[in-house]
Amino acid sequence: MTTYDFIVRNWSELMHLAWQHTVFVSIALAIAIATGVPLGVYLTFNRRLADTVLYLAGIMMTVPSVALFGLMIPILSVFGHGIGTVPAVIALVLYSQLPILRSTYAAIRSVDPAIIEAGLGNGMTRTQVLFKVQIPMSLGVIFAGVRVAVVMSIGIGAIAAYIGAGGLGQFIFNGITQTYDAMINAGAVAVSVMAILADFFFGRLERRLVSKGLRRD
Amino acid sequence: MIELNHVTKIYPGAAQPAVDSVSLTVPEGEICVFIGPSGCGKTTLMRLINRLIPLTSGSISVNGQDIMSLDPIELRRHIGYAIQQVGLFPHMSVRDNIATVPKLLGWTKAKIDERVNELLGLVNLDAREFRDRYPRQLSGGQAQRIGVARAMAANPPIMLMDEPFGAIDPINREVLQDEFLRIQEKMKKTIIFVTHDINEAIKMGQRIALLNEGRLVQAGPPDTLLKRPANEFAKSFVGADRVLKRLNLLRVKDAMILNPVHCLDEDPSAKVLEQMINNDLAFLIVADRDLRLRGYVNQYDLRGHKGVVADVVRKLTLTVSPERNLKEALSQMLSYDLGILVAVDKEGRIQGMLNSTTLSALVGSTYDERGGHWGRITAAGRIL
Repeated sequence: MTTYDFIVRNWSELMHLAWQHTVFVSIALAIAIATGVPLGVYLTFNRRLADTVLYLAGIMMTVPSVALFGLMIPILSVFGHGIGTVPAVIALVLYSQLPILRSTYAAIRSVDPAIIEAGLGNGMTRTQVLFKVQIPMSLGVIFAGVRVAVVMSIGIGAIAAYIGAGGLGQFIFNGITQTYDAMINAGAVAVSVMAILADFFFGRLERRLVSKGLRRD
Repeated sequence: MIELNHVTKIYPGAAQPAVDSVSLTVPEGEICVFIGPSGCGKTTLMRLINRLIPLTSGSISVNGQDIMSLDPIELRRHIGYAIQQVGLFPHMSVRDNIATVPKLLGWTKAKIDERVNELLGLVNLDAREFRDRYPRQLSGGQAQRIGVARAMAANPPIMLMDEPFGAIDPINREVLQDEFLRIQEKMKKTIIFVTHDINEAIKMGQRIALLNEGRLVQAGPPDTLLKRPANEFAKSFVGADRVLKRLNLLRVKDAMILNPVHCLDEDPSAKVLEQMINNDLAFLIVADRDLRLRGYVNQYDLRGHKGVVADVVRKLTLTVSPERNLKEALSQMLSYDLGILVAVDKEGRIQGMLNSTTLSALVGSTYDERGGHWGRITAAGRIL
């Protein structure tokens, strides 16, 4: 059976897994953005802490993703959530933290000191400089980090099937164990399409949110 | 008015004060230039005034109020601030950049729009063309203009400008300086202008404060700084060509000999020649009865001539207005054989005369003397 035939015959199953995939990746990204961006901004005010946190986040990235999902099981089984969506979300949050954190931190820090001085010198408070100048100016770079995190999470999210979180990884793993190529291909293609669509969506969002004055065209 | 009283700034851990007990008053409506080599404390001193950096000791008052008694944010909203790097917000349109302080002060949209258009006109940019542009779509000179417009947006009585034209090519800098002086003519703001360019300082300042190693070396009008530098540092800072720089500050009327020696066109040639020989004059200016310049004659022209001077007078086309600056006048004079320049008013009437001796007398050490017996040009009036 060709991959195409497989997809057609198992369409509802595919949609179900895609929905599962979307849900846990979205939850993970929402948490990662909601924590990573503010933390990245905060770190620009605390350089010493910044080094430590970025170092730890860097180390997190070096842990092989399969191992990270596996590590979640003993830790979270203490709370009765050893397998399923919860460990998958936590692992994805930890993974996507670094690109978001690092891009936010770097973007805020790279704002020209002269521009900050101009803001302060014209009577803005430090908070106004942050929210009206530094963050809007950094949005483009922050978005770049978020898009990396989105694409990466969708890809790594496939591994979550290993610990019972479901998602499109299900097709891939089942396909491997059954040496069923069409099934593997269907899972892989679906993950790629999802990643491309998500990246496209965030690209459009970026164009809407980032000022025209910052575009380089 | 800005008053600095023993203002001192010592950065934590620094051995030397960045600003060392500077006292200075900037009268209302004047431009005071802070100048000195880099690291002299001029920018630090300026930033102390709007409390971007805290004072170590001494006091500063702005329009009679001690700045330490004011809220720093409020204070800065009422002091215009422009810097060399301009620091326009790249994500905001020109309109929003200029509107920075008005928005902070809570102006209505209509009032802001009106003010933005007015300011763009003031800095010579077409409002319709520029208000919706972003900083990246501006040239260096245009960005500087917007920077100055932003500093003036809420019409602050006081402005601090740190090398606002520093990053611009010399030709455009000239243009911006002239424009700014024209604006200041109307606005009469109290301005502190930081620069390291002595020519800019002389041009922009009614008053110059020369700083070195955190200390005030000399403060006073530009002419005083050039004429009587307080010490060796001041002398070397203003440059070996300080005499030429002074020419820029002075006008023809400050240097010219009033009522220079001349004859009338109706005078008989023979008599005029006799006087010229007696006074050892190689040539002589010729005027009519209303003292309008007719030209000049030399001894050769008059020798053996029987009529009146009018018949042999030579044209003297190179004249100058008494209002002209001396540097330009000198340049004209040097390009002309006679080595003199006659100053005439609009009707062509002789107002005075310049030659190299009068110039050096003015800018040199014998400043106070005028109209003596140097050279052949004297303030003798009509020769007959």
